[in-house]
Amino acid sequence: MSALTFTLKQPTDQRVDMSPLVCQKLQGLDVDAIAAIELQNGKSRPRVDELFYITGKNTQEIIIAGSTDKLDFIGKELDGGSISVLGNAGAYLGMQMKSGSINVSGDAGLYAACEMKNGLIQIDGNAGDFLGGALPGNKQGMKGGTVLVKGNVGQRAGDHMRRGQILIEGNAGDYCGSRMVAGTIAVMGSTGRYLGYAMRRGTLLLWNQPQLSATFNDCGSHTLAFLPMLFASFKSLDSRFADSSAAFNRVRRYGGDMAETWRGEVLVRR
Amino acid sequence: MIINGVTIDLTFAEAFPMKATRAIITAQNEKWAMISAQAMTGFATSVIACGCEAGIERVLSPNETPDGRPGVAIMIYAMGGKGLAKQLETRAGQCVLTSPTSALFAGIAGGKPIPLGKNLRYFGDGFQIAKKIGGKRYWRVPVMDGEFLTEATTGMVDAVGGGNFLVLAESQPQALAACEAAIEEMKKIPNVIMPFPGGVVRSGSKVGSKYPALGASTNDAFCPTLKGMTKTDLSPEIESVMEIVIDGLSKEDIAKAMRVGIQAVCDLGAANGIKRISAGNYGGKLGPFHFHLQEIMA
Repeated sequence: MSALTFTLKQPTDQRVDMSPLVCQKLQGLDVDAIAAIELQNGKSRPRVDELFYITGKNTQEIIIAGSTDKLDFIGKELDGGSISVLGNAGAYLGMQMKSGSINVSGDAGLYAACEMKNGLIQIDGNAGDFLGGALPGNKQGMKGGTVLVKGNVGQRAGDHMRRGQILIEGNAGDYCGSRMVAGTIAVMGSTGRYLGYAMRRGTLLLWNQPQLSATFNDCGSHTLAFLPMLFASFKSLDSRFADSSAAFNRVRRYGGDMAETWRGEVLVRR
Repeated sequence: MIINGVTIDLTFAEAFPMKATRAIITAQNEKWAMISAQAMTGFATSVIACGCEAGIERVLSPNETPDGRPGVAIMIYAMGGKGLAKQLETRAGQCVLTSPTSALFAGIAGGKPIPLGKNLRYFGDGFQIAKKIGGKRYWRVPVMDGEFLTEATTGMVDAVGGGNFLVLAESQPQALAACEAAIEEMKKIPNVIMPFPGGVVRSGSKVGSKYPALGASTNDAFCPTLKGMTKTDLSPEIESVMEIVIDGLSKEDIAKAMRVGIQAVCDLGAANGIKRISAGNYGGKLGPFHFHLQEIMA
């Protein structure tokens, strides 16, 4: 059975709420029923078949082709199955996702993987601000799972992050790991200002020396036993993180944020 | 049944249900992994007074361990789950956490999870860090040589304890040599441990004693110096008896270990002073697992 494919007929002027088009909500529906689902598009509610050409039947394998950054909430609360986005994704990609996988061939907008609970999100391009963060006013961001970004990410990646891992092959913007509660963020490229701002616990694993605030204290260079195991767990990913040459176990450890509960750490490759 | 001049008694070993777990200890090198493993499995020969029975299952190569360092697999057996969990935690805390360069991992993936490093983490006094890697939870506890890495839990499974056989020989050196040969072969069998010193016990016990405070006492029927003073089970030429006790994850594992052990003893044969193989039981009233020697060697 071929993948259920939604091909955007033409770019929309207004934003589209794609949250009804997730695997678990479409399971058991025939093509006519899926075509009749109404999507919020600005102030209007067009049917799915007014916006997309629909082909294929496998609701557990969804493809969104010709996607643009106007398509928000792709994979919201996804609970099993896979969604492939060919093109860019809008805001709130994989928000509160529970399991399954999402792959974006282009860029993702604001709040990708926000409050994600489990599963895998891979973004081949760049990601916007608040990757894996908490919705405004909420206290806990990403709570589990893995987010892999092959490009760069915006500001506040991992804001309020509680658990899980964010892997960034490119650069991270300012306030990376801000208000982090726990979990792991790994950045192969550079990081911006205010790294780990007000982080309480958790690990920021860096390939390059960051510009650290005065509230992070140098704990010296160390060989840490958990790092080889962490890198080994990346082996199945389609990523530079899976490359054994990317692995290391010797790091400089900085503790902080000392202005918060000072139990977080920044580990920089040595 | 006679094998190479050695009589296999028409009797059976009686074993009983236990709870078991396995842990993997790694270290900078095999020497220090073994030191830690020996400490953790020390004073654990019998549940009668040690609280558990423990032993080293085998040495692990770096590619068999979670952190890619040399390691040792140990197993602990106890009569109940609570007792097992307590023994595991106490021993891990005193013998592995303290041992230089060590790390501690689960050795059984299934079963009921019991704490391994889950509570040891409090030694970190708030500086400990949890990491979930590949779906498993680990704790990094800061210690003076760096970090103690431990998996949070390991698995507890139903197991069998008390499989045994007795080696009856014409002399003490001959009995010991036969037991050493048996242990050498039995160590190659997975999922079993022989918890007594070097795998061999020379003080086999019977249930009860003339002293009311004691639940077990010397097995006088197999004590060669009492041949003329008690209802002996020994013929005149037997001068020494030694026992090998086996705990295993299943009845089949124990049977396999008994078979290779008895075979190794029989390979030495009557020419080396080995006269009989027997086994300890309580008339079939104590344990549901019966290992009939002649069936095992058939």
